[in-house]
Amino acid sequence: MWEYTDKVKKYFTEPVNVGEIPDADGVGEVGSLACGDALKLTFKLDEQGRIADAKFQTFGCASAIASSSALTEMVKGMTLEEAEKLTNKDIAEFLGGLPKEKMHCSVMGEEALQAAIRNYKGLEPLPSEEGEVVCQCFGVTDKEIEKVALNNDLHTVEEITNFTKAGGGCGECQDKIQAILDRLWDNPPRQPVEVKPPAAKKKKLTNIQKMKLIEETLEREVRPALKADGGDIELIDIDGDKVLVSLRGRCSSCAASQATLGQFVQSKLREFVSEDLVVEEVKP
Amino acid sequence: MSGERVVYMDNNATTQAAPEVVAAMLPFFGEYYGNPSSMHNFGGQVGAKVDTARGQVAQLLGASPEEIVFTSCGTESDNTALNSALASQPGKRHIVTTRVEHPAVLNTCQGLVAQGYEVTFLKVDRQGNLDLEAAAEAIREDTALVSVMWANNETGVIFPVPEIAEICAAKGVLFHTDAVQAVGKVPIDLAGTAISMLALSGHKLHAPKGIGVLYIKKGTPFVPFIKGGHQEHGRRAGTENVPYIIGMGKAAELARTRMDEENTKVKALRDRLETGLLEIEATMVNGDPDRRLPNTTSVSFEYVEGESILLHLSSQGICASSGSACTSGSLEPSHVLRAMGVPFTAAHGSIRFSLSVYNTEADVDHVLANMPGIIERLRAMSPFWAKYQKTQCATPGYVEP
Repeated sequence: MWEYTDKVKKYFTEPVNVGEIPDADGVGEVGSLACGDALKLTFKLDEQGRIADAKFQTFGCASAIASSSALTEMVKGMTLEEAEKLTNKDIAEFLGGLPKEKMHCSVMGEEALQAAIRNYKGLEPLPSEEGEVVCQCFGVTDKEIEKVALNNDLHTVEEITNFTKAGGGCGECQDKIQAILDRLWDNPPRQPVEVKPPAAKKKKLTNIQKMKLIEETLEREVRPALKADGGDIELIDIDGDKVLVSLRGRCSSCAASQATLGQFVQSKLREFVSEDLVVEEVKP
Repeated sequence: MSGERVVYMDNNATTQAAPEVVAAMLPFFGEYYGNPSSMHNFGGQVGAKVDTARGQVAQLLGASPEEIVFTSCGTESDNTALNSALASQPGKRHIVTTRVEHPAVLNTCQGLVAQGYEVTFLKVDRQGNLDLEAAAEAIREDTALVSVMWANNETGVIFPVPEIAEICAAKGVLFHTDAVQAVGKVPIDLAGTAISMLALSGHKLHAPKGIGVLYIKKGTPFVPFIKGGHQEHGRRAGTENVPYIIGMGKAAELARTRMDEENTKVKALRDRLETGLLEIEATMVNGDPDRRLPNTTSVSFEYVEGESILLHLSSQGICASSGSACTSGSLEPSHVLRAMGVPFTAAHGSIRFSLSVYNTEADVDHVLANMPGIIERLRAMSPFWAKYQKTQCATPGYVEP
């Protein structure tokens, strides 16, 4: 059982600003089903350029829901310049603190807000592409780790995992995280790391980006075709370049469709995601 | 927690110590404090009671009393079995186990890999079942032990443990089973099996925490894990934890008399609960419904996260558990559901209810009255549910192969 403050409990049990603003000025989406938490933030500006309304939709634990709801309360009335300065620390402080293992929920709030502001400005939603991906499991870059470490005065790998999830999957990148921290705190830069706009060049996808792209491609390119025949497909797992899928509904029992189906899914995924992908079917 | 009512449906985590068990233990905290190993009668009378308890456990398992060793917990029993198999057969450096074991076996095996031993982790299918042929094929010349749990703690899926033990015996390989979740819930008769070692834990069958048992079949080579005095016939050193051993014995006796109730009354309650929960849209049961413990159901509520469900349940006095990442203390969902290929949408929203003979019809009613509202509230704020509603793409419910 986590030790949540009364304020976290209140924002979890009675969240405010749940939903989606239909004609929003800014939309920010971060996280994924695979990660276990995700947040969609929408806001609307008034004539003076202040945030008049903000709403959220969150998939996640109590602290993720509370952080999201708190965030929407906090940004109301702010100008975008003010909102840009809001950090995960502010969200956590607003809630009277979060358990250290749950700090990544507040980081998710900050990231969603920044993504929504970037969306308003017509920029790419993922500034984090800049930098080298350190944690393959959760797609966290060295720049993100440095930024969170500086903003929150983090000195250990465990703290970095609590705040960004980096190092919390397979754990193979923990030495790299330590090296980043050593470099950072031996000679800390005076200013927080500036986040630069994404490079135009197409970069290698992180695991998270790949996962999202696969999910989207299945949704857009594959599922409608199967549904026409009363069937459906489901993404089970992604293991490197291996994509495991399972068939549900009518097509799982239709032998005729089996042979061509794998090829169909694979060709779509190769077309839209990566040439290296191999699709395997998992029997239910 | 609001209200007085507590509906406890987390019995695979731990159980209430039966009042009869507590009553049986109390004299051994007071009047009967002698050391069972002492030469005097004052200690000897306690030794006799320890023997009685050993007999009660043996009877529940269909074993002989001399095959029963008391330990401190199920995890100690598992560690003892794994270490003994390797220590007693120094030339053999390979172990076969499954991907869905309890951490007591799984993490111990991973530790052995780090020490240079080889371990084969067997897969399970989507229903959580093992492939017996694959299990047989995994056994090698240098296999010291095959360790397969009797029943899974998260899904309740039962493995054909006596059959696997036969396969091992035919190949001359030792077989151990972590039967922590199975003992007391399904009938076990070890005398007729080839099982070499079996681990059980007291607090899963209404004894208190802090007592376990390792069954060691006669003729099984054995090297103690905890070394020291001659207690437990030299197989587990350390002064006997007498009150808890007495409690374990009483709990074993109760479990034997309640076995029918477990498989009729408890099963009926579980089935009614499960049927009711499945009426909620986009839900599914994890694990083979035909090969399960009578008390366990793991239900996934897609597009919502388990911890949020648990906290809302908790505010209604309902105790359950989840395989979601946020509740596991790690950042990834349950290794059991992952091994079964349960999709992320479902793994993060999985809730396990595990019942006991102390549950009632009213308990089930209370859960069924609260669950739909909780899921509805959480889905109303889930971005994925909104998407699902728009497309109606995923097919809810489990599709039989």
